[in-house]
Amino acid sequence: MNKSQHASGRIVRIAGPVVRASGLENVRLYDVALVGEAGLVGEVIRLSEGLTTIQVYEDTSGIRIGEPVSNIGYPLAAQLGPGLLGQVYDGLQRPLNLLAQYGDGFIERGVQASPLPLEKRWHFTPRAAEGDLVEPGEIIGAVNESRTIEHRIMMPPNQRGRVVQIREGEFAVDEIAAIVKSEEGNELEVTLTQRWPVRQPRPVWTRLAPNEPMMTGTRIIDAFFPIAKGGSAIIPGGFGTGKTITEHSLARWAEADVVVYVGCGERGNEMTEVLEEFPKLEDPRTGAKLMERTVLIANTSNMPVAAREASIYTGITIAEYYRDMGYNALMLADSTSRWGEALREISGRLEEMPGEEGYPAYLAARLAEFYERAGRVHCLAGRDDKPEADARSGSVSIVGAVSPPGGDFSEPVTQNSMRVASTFWALDYNLSRRRHFPAINWTNSYSLYNFKEWFEREAADDWNDLTKAAMALLQREVELLEIVQLVGPDALAEPERAMLATARMLREDFLQQSSFHEVDRYCAIGKSYWMLKTIMEFHRLAQAALESDIRLERILSLSVVPQIARMKEFPAQSAEADIQELAARVRQEFSTMGVN
Amino acid sequence: MLKTASIPRLFTAEYRTLSQIRGPLVFIERIVGVAYNEIVEVEGPDGEVRLGQVLDVDQQRCMVRIFTGTSGLDLQRTRVRFTGDVARLGVSLSMLGRALNGAGVPIDGGPPIAPEQMLDINGLPINPSMRAQPSEFIQTGVSAIDGLNTLTRGQKLPIFSGAGLPANELAAQIASHASMTGSGGDEPFAVIFAAIGITQRETSFFMDQFRASDTMDRTLLFINRADDPSIERILTPRAAFTAAEYLAFTHNRHVLVILTDMTNYCEALREIAAASEEVPGRRGYPGYMYSDLSSLYERSGRIRGKSGSVTQLIILTMPDDDITHPIPDLTGYITEGQIALNRDLHRKGIYPPIDVLPSLSRLMNAGIGERKTRADHRSLADQLYAFYAEGRDLRRLVAIIGEAALSIEDRRVLEFTNRFEETFVGQGTSSREIAQTLDAAWELLATMPPDLLKRIPREFIEQYHKRS
Repeated sequence: MNKSQHASGRIVRIAGPVVRASGLENVRLYDVALVGEAGLVGEVIRLSEGLTTIQVYEDTSGIRIGEPVSNIGYPLAAQLGPGLLGQVYDGLQRPLNLLAQYGDGFIERGVQASPLPLEKRWHFTPRAAEGDLVEPGEIIGAVNESRTIEHRIMMPPNQRGRVVQIREGEFAVDEIAAIVKSEEGNELEVTLTQRWPVRQPRPVWTRLAPNEPMMTGTRIIDAFFPIAKGGSAIIPGGFGTGKTITEHSLARWAEADVVVYVGCGERGNEMTEVLEEFPKLEDPRTGAKLMERTVLIANTSNMPVAAREASIYTGITIAEYYRDMGYNALMLADSTSRWGEALREISGRLEEMPGEEGYPAYLAARLAEFYERAGRVHCLAGRDDKPEADARSGSVSIVGAVSPPGGDFSEPVTQNSMRVASTFWALDYNLSRRRHFPAINWTNSYSLYNFKEWFEREAADDWNDLTKAAMALLQREVELLEIVQLVGPDALAEPERAMLATARMLREDFLQQSSFHEVDRYCAIGKSYWMLKTIMEFHRLAQAALESDIRLERILSLSVVPQIARMKEFPAQSAEADIQELAARVRQEFSTMGVN
Repeated sequence: MLKTASIPRLFTAEYRTLSQIRGPLVFIERIVGVAYNEIVEVEGPDGEVRLGQVLDVDQQRCMVRIFTGTSGLDLQRTRVRFTGDVARLGVSLSMLGRALNGAGVPIDGGPPIAPEQMLDINGLPINPSMRAQPSEFIQTGVSAIDGLNTLTRGQKLPIFSGAGLPANELAAQIASHASMTGSGGDEPFAVIFAAIGITQRETSFFMDQFRASDTMDRTLLFINRADDPSIERILTPRAAFTAAEYLAFTHNRHVLVILTDMTNYCEALREIAAASEEVPGRRGYPGYMYSDLSSLYERSGRIRGKSGSVTQLIILTMPDDDITHPIPDLTGYITEGQIALNRDLHRKGIYPPIDVLPSLSRLMNAGIGERKTRADHRSLADQLYAFYAEGRDLRRLVAIIGEAALSIEDRRVLEFTNRFEETFVGQGTSSREIAQTLDAAWELLATMPPDLLKRIPREFIEQYHKRS
């Protein structure tokens, strides 16, 4: 990339975050520009003869007409390398921990710091030898970034050649770990870090179809609306319906190697919660602290709006980088509506023709581009025609929260996201108001992935029948409740009232899950299975009992009924056995009434 | 007082090149070196100096919004001076006990405030990695808040009100109680009250309340009345938060900021957006209203290593009681929960008429529990919610099929629901300690068999549940 600076422009107009400059030469669209005496970072978003329009990522107050503008000559890029995990960045990948040295708790304008710790030395172990031919994306060595993540040092995606020098040792991120001679004879110095323009998807060898679900530890998601490794999901919901809590839950317990959490235009105090909690919580699968697999991007709602627009891209680029190493990365964006609003604001300042509800006409295209960066892939140098040991696949999954105004899903951001995301978790005001959490509405939500075989193999043979029957019962409840609303519960026959009772069990004792309860907040698939199995077994036996003329009241007064309500609190290590024992007691109590 | 820092200058360029006056906006031509958001002094033919701010600037001209109204300005004789600085508020500890107008000028007849510092009223965003999580319980004395939607220090919690509902009474009650008792009793406390476009009647109500509660010397008032220039309302909350941040983070006070009524602020925002011919968003409010509101609401919280805090209580009137109206909607997306007032409860004579179902406090969990309130608090609140939500559904059912058709269990829930509204929520103007609130809740649950208390762990049921 061309790093020479062209300091030739002058500001001719300022309207909020949009600045117009004249006299800039050799500018390309999306080049980074430094604006004003203060050197505020901006990005070129429109070019016309003699005039360059720049969106500025910081507050432009006090900038004057006539101040200089210079073009850096390359686009907005993320700095990738060991040291990303555990960091907190703003939307431009400035490390907030380091910025905290200035400003006495507040973020000052124009401050800069390196995204990766420069002084830290990493132990580099080569995977390639001198004389090896290495191709783009090939792993040439590794460092241990955290207890669970081996950070694989890859050739940059656009470079290949023969290794002429490589050695084991302690390196800082910007020191040369290897020298590779290209076919043209140029010597490339490979360090532990590389830059990648955030708006450009990182290249892959091939894209693969998602083949397995990503377990999240949230029962309603895993059982009824699973998301794929490499899939995409959206969570739309009005305020207070639990978008952020669901996203936090996913960040904590989802089965991902690396989690990139983008707080895009959301509350500062919620980021603090993550920051204070994640270093203490353990990943139930690896035992390492959650912070060791997490990268946080905090561009809260009061931080500059253009940087909010960039934060989504910074996040997805970091996720793709870990995917390229062969990991399953999960990117959480809270909330994509704020990103859409940032687009709308910039578009308004550019005086573009507004589309639906003032959003720019390209909103749908931008959303589609973004969600399509999710996927399971064969990594660049890990293609499938290689010997198995070298083949490498990874995935990026995206979960985007959507904040529709007034909780109305017909608005453009929700509708356009629905068209491209494969899983839809609709949050519901009515559920949240009665404190049914997670407030995912089971009648509107869907998952387009089909993992029947996987669940049969990994969970249980009858998993699919069980979830299908449970969902049918929940649907039946909706119909029955409509009747009750009209004519009262007395109009229902006993079997139907029994259905209402077991459907309620499903809702309260299975679907409801507390993110704050120490045990309940994470539910492994085995435990989910046995919980569901026990309730559906109760349902079957209750219906059979009614046929033998046993009154519903007697069934509901069985001593196992309150115990079923406590299943979710059974401690994880013995939960499956305990619930199986409970299921046996359910059968036993019915059999004493002569029902089997 | 709102002014600009005095930068020594040999001369200040003065322009008489107004080309347009349009509502609150004026356009000035042939300008040189003007900065974005710069404050300008506009002197009309009558000699009165008005303050304005640059909203858009190019090489030829700039657009300025005048905070104190454009009436009396003309194109020929009006003179404009660019100050070269952004809007600043002079702050000092001696502000406490004073009353200022919406732009920060004393209106209580007292002397001008001698500033210790001149601060940019737009403030800077708090570094998210430097925030400390709000986790200290604030006792408001109101059961529906303390018990079910607990307020913590550093939180921003709005009260969604409707025309004619007693939001101001509730806010005044909270302000005087939270500052007097509970955990805030012996720590330095301050109340900043920002009145945005409120009526004379409301103004005197608050003044009387503050005087009666003996907190006047720890209170700072910013008052923009309904008949004051509406554009000044853009400044009022900013000035209030600048003072709040100064008191909290320079002088380690626990500051409670009360804003009333944010609906008037949003109307002013819409007025400017319309005048500058921006593309309107929902209901004519500008598309950036979310960003604008968050630049205010996010100025609350705690900072690591500092003992002060800024807590916000924001009152807004929902037009036509509509919670999906852009003003409550965008506010709810930024604040950490909301307290919703309900007209039906108010009609029934229940005070405070808080509808707990749509109400929420997002930071409640961090502020309650053992050593803060009591270990049973969380599950107890969940249980009350579950029964009350069920009871509200049952009421609708009863309207159709009559109470006789209900099961015994349902009738218990229904009866619980009525008593919950009448005694637990409807506590009147008296205050309850947190222990009294929780005991009142157990009292309500006494009629319920323990097996139905699914949200409460067994040990608490054994400890607190009294069967009647």
